[in-house]
Amino acid sequence: MNVAVTHFNYLAAVVLMMIGLYVLFSTGNLIKRMIGLALFQTSTALFYISLGKVSGGTAAIRIYADSPEARALAAQLDPAYVQQFGVGGVVYSNPLPHVLILTAIVVGVATLSVGLSIAVRIREAYGTVEAGEIEAVARVDAAGAGRGP
Amino acid sequence: MSEIALQVNFGLNIALLLMLVAIGLAIARTRSLLAAILLMGVYSLASAVWLIVMDAADVAFTEAVVGAGISTVVLLGAILLVRAGPVRHNWRMTIVPAVLVLGVGGLLVYAVTGLPEFGDPASPTNAHVGRRYLIQTPDEIGVPNVVTAVLASYRGFDTLGETVVVFAAGIGVALMLGFGPRSNLPPAPAATGDHHVVLRVTAKLLIPLIALFAFYVQFHGDLGAGGGFQAGVILAVAPILHALVFGLRGTIAALPVRAVRSIATMGVLLYSGVGVVCMINGGGFLDYDYLFPPSVEAMIPPGLMGDPDHAHHWGQHFGIFFIELGVLLTVAATMVTIFYGFAGRAAEEPGAST
Amino acid sequence: MILFEALYVAPPALTAQAPILVIAGPLIGACAAALSPGGRTAWMVSVLTAAFALWMAVAVAGEVAREGVIDYALGGFAPPMGIALRIDALGATMALLVASIGVMGALYSGHALESEVKAEKRTLFQSGYLLCLAGFLGLVFTGDAFNAFVFLEVSSIGTYALVAVGEARDRRALPAAFSYLIFGTVGATLYVLGVGFLYAATGTLNMVDMAMRLATLGDNSAVQAGLAFVVAGLGVKAAMFPLHGWLPGAYAGAPSLVSMFLAATATKAAIYLIIRFVFDVFPEGEFGEVFLSWILAPLAAAAVIICSVQAIFENEVRRILAFSSVAQVGFILLGVSLATPAGLSAGMFYLVAHALMKGALFMAVGAFAVSVRARTVEDFSGIAREAPWSAAAFGVGAASLAGVPLTMGFLAKWSLVSAALQAGEIWIVAVLAIGSLLTLIYVGRMLEVMFFRAPVRGAERAREAPVGVLAPLFVLAGLSLWFGVDATLPASMANASASALVGAAP
Repeated sequence: MNVAVTHFNYLAAVVLMMIGLYVLFSTGNLIKRMIGLALFQTSTALFYISLGKVSGGTAAIRIYADSPEARALAAQLDPAYVQQFGVGGVVYSNPLPHVLILTAIVVGVATLSVGLSIAVRIREAYGTVEAGEIEAVARVDAAGAGRGP
Repeated sequence: MSEIALQVNFGLNIALLLMLVAIGLAIARTRSLLAAILLMGVYSLASAVWLIVMDAADVAFTEAVVGAGISTVVLLGAILLVRAGPVRHNWRMTIVPAVLVLGVGGLLVYAVTGLPEFGDPASPTNAHVGRRYLIQTPDEIGVPNVVTAVLASYRGFDTLGETVVVFAAGIGVALMLGFGPRSNLPPAPAATGDHHVVLRVTAKLLIPLIALFAFYVQFHGDLGAGGGFQAGVILAVAPILHALVFGLRGTIAALPVRAVRSIATMGVLLYSGVGVVCMINGGGFLDYDYLFPPSVEAMIPPGLMGDPDHAHHWGQHFGIFFIELGVLLTVAATMVTIFYGFAGRAAEEPGAST
Repeated sequence: MILFEALYVAPPALTAQAPILVIAGPLIGACAAALSPGGRTAWMVSVLTAAFALWMAVAVAGEVAREGVIDYALGGFAPPMGIALRIDALGATMALLVASIGVMGALYSGHALESEVKAEKRTLFQSGYLLCLAGFLGLVFTGDAFNAFVFLEVSSIGTYALVAVGEARDRRALPAAFSYLIFGTVGATLYVLGVGFLYAATGTLNMVDMAMRLATLGDNSAVQAGLAFVVAGLGVKAAMFPLHGWLPGAYAGAPSLVSMFLAATATKAAIYLIIRFVFDVFPEGEFGEVFLSWILAPLAAAAVIICSVQAIFENEVRRILAFSSVAQVGFILLGVSLATPAGLSAGMFYLVAHALMKGALFMAVGAFAVSVRARTVEDFSGIAREAPWSAAAFGVGAASLAGVPLTMGFLAKWSLVSAALQAGEIWIVAVLAIGSLLTLIYVGRMLEVMFFRAPVRGAERAREAPVGVLAPLFVLAGLSLWFGVDATLPASMANASASALVGAAP
């Protein structure tokens, strides 16, 4: 099959990464930058989760506890496929990327809140959240007197 | 039949991904910060649906409460405080990033062509460690939700680090917004006119239900989707809702800032304390098989709560229980700390800028 | 080594758990600091915790010296199922360095915070400092690629705010902290992306397992790009030229304690992880060699030249030191890029030397800041007469930075030059020579103003810093001198680190 189809998920993740990076670097507004950063971070989730998907698989949240839905799904699949790739007669998607992305999402919200709190302090100290205007003020600061009398 | 089911799943996957890309483009295009923030919320909800299609129920749950919930609240709080106008656009600022992004994108596309096909059950990812978790969890851990088993036990050290990251974020926000003349100046309590009566009654009804639901999500975590992170965020919604309806002053009086910070600390201490107890009992850090000394383990009746398996499962069960509790405490208290930070900050009067 | 034997008195039960206690100690300490009733208690917690971490790091180093490599399986699950700590001579050396700087910083913070951080913020500040320490220690011990990301974030999230707290002295700390956050997060995300590609190709996150599986794979675009993203992401954290844009502002704006701690450890920890990936995880062969000699070496050389020149044209002392840090990262990476035992050993020796001297320099600047608001070089005119002890320590650090004989910096430069000559890379010798000359210029300018000019008339007068600030400052400056005369300890550790990476003793 065509790479654009078999690797569609990864390509979509790449496009979202590019959008996130573009938003991050093309704006001077600090809040919008944080939004771009958040978009960039979440696009890695798309990548990792796509890696762990197994066709015909189901969520590994009720393993060995008898789950009729999971068995019904497995019954639709080729028995040889279930035999080879399933566990106990049911095919599951890979749980490891899910765990990693849970971590990444939490890290993302932590970064977002710290970044925004710094942006709020910048607004209080400089009166603006536009990078260009902040730099102009900072240049004045740099030229200012240091060890005063 | 099976082919059709698979194709429906794949089609849904593609449709949702296209939707995510479209939302992403809309975020990039819009100049209104409010629109961008609301679109981020929509993006999170859409990706939660996509995550369900990808069999990642736990992640979907987290994305919904964290991405669409807390992140949106924090972003809205921030734009209220910075009083930012529409984003200015300067076409000169678009060329360098565009080149950079195209370069990174090109490298990524090149990399993607070397990946195994989507959904391949025999790919290294799905055949190696990931598959071994599925096979060994019933015996080694004994909880039905493999995601919880990996999160809390196999990779419990990662989760400790993650809890610490949340704790550190709370410290960071408190250091930035929790002090100074503008902090702890909550706006006057909401007007208590009659037209708010519906709001107040509904809130009083909802707050206990929210807390109850949080504990359901917490204690159901090893049986179904859910766990400390999701429950923590949901639990934090209760005081946040209280503050929104009854005013921040009252909420802070009931739940003082220092107390909330202490609770966050207690969560990390509980988590690492479990690790230390395992060490004292002769195991490694976070080795829940050593959570109970043998004398205590002998007192646990076999077949308790329907788990007839080895006694060591009880170490795992209780280990996971305690560390998830630690996660709940830290996450809930930190979310409230972050909310206090943003909501308790008095915005600058327009025109009074320095 | 005698130092080890004298200090190494940990009971056996603790020694077995020492690797995790190095990390868990500061984590629990951070909680205790956050719960402290006031800044004084938090400071004591900070000192005790950092001292405990150092004690455990010494125990680990002793164990590594005897056993070679220590593995510690967390949760009792053998890798690749669980997360394992894996410590070799390189990791043990790094942990010793980070923990020692951590102790010095904790001691120093008792008085140094008073002039820079408001009283009510000090408990949380100490807590953030300990989290940062725990993050770096976790980063150098972990044997799991994703766990390294988690510790990267543990060390970073709090640090962004710690840098921003510097606003009390200079409001430019705020935008600097913001751009540090943006760069740092982009770097960490690129790292996660790279690890994702490696994970896709190997199915494992454990570095040893990953290396074994990568060695059996052929050329694969996902693996190549994965390695590229890992190095680029860590390169941002290590301030590898040209990804260093965040560093000067952040180091210049942060409170002195934070500048000193970050300058001595943060970029070093990231460099350590780059070395880990390049030498332990990358499959042997063309790709790694091309990376080292065609990408890493030229970029490092560019950093040495360009950033030294920038330091010369800079007018604020903290910014001079910060640009100098980027240039010095270039020196270290030049040694690493040789990929010979001698080159790696020289790089490691330089890394330790730079941590000690830059730590002393930023600490000394903080010691001046206790009494005066000096910013530009001119502001420091004649400060040696007003605060002679702090100025003397600054002078020692600066001399080491410039490579004056009888300092550790001299030996470090010397070993780099001889390693480059040994490898037949004459152009690297030339770059080292030019870089050293440029360093001499900006160091000379600072020293001339401090020691040989009269204080500006009418300016506020500096006072000598209190003993609590001077004592750790003198330890760091003294170590730069002591190791300049007798370098047995750092040299043997650098050699052991190099042989742990490339197998052969130099």
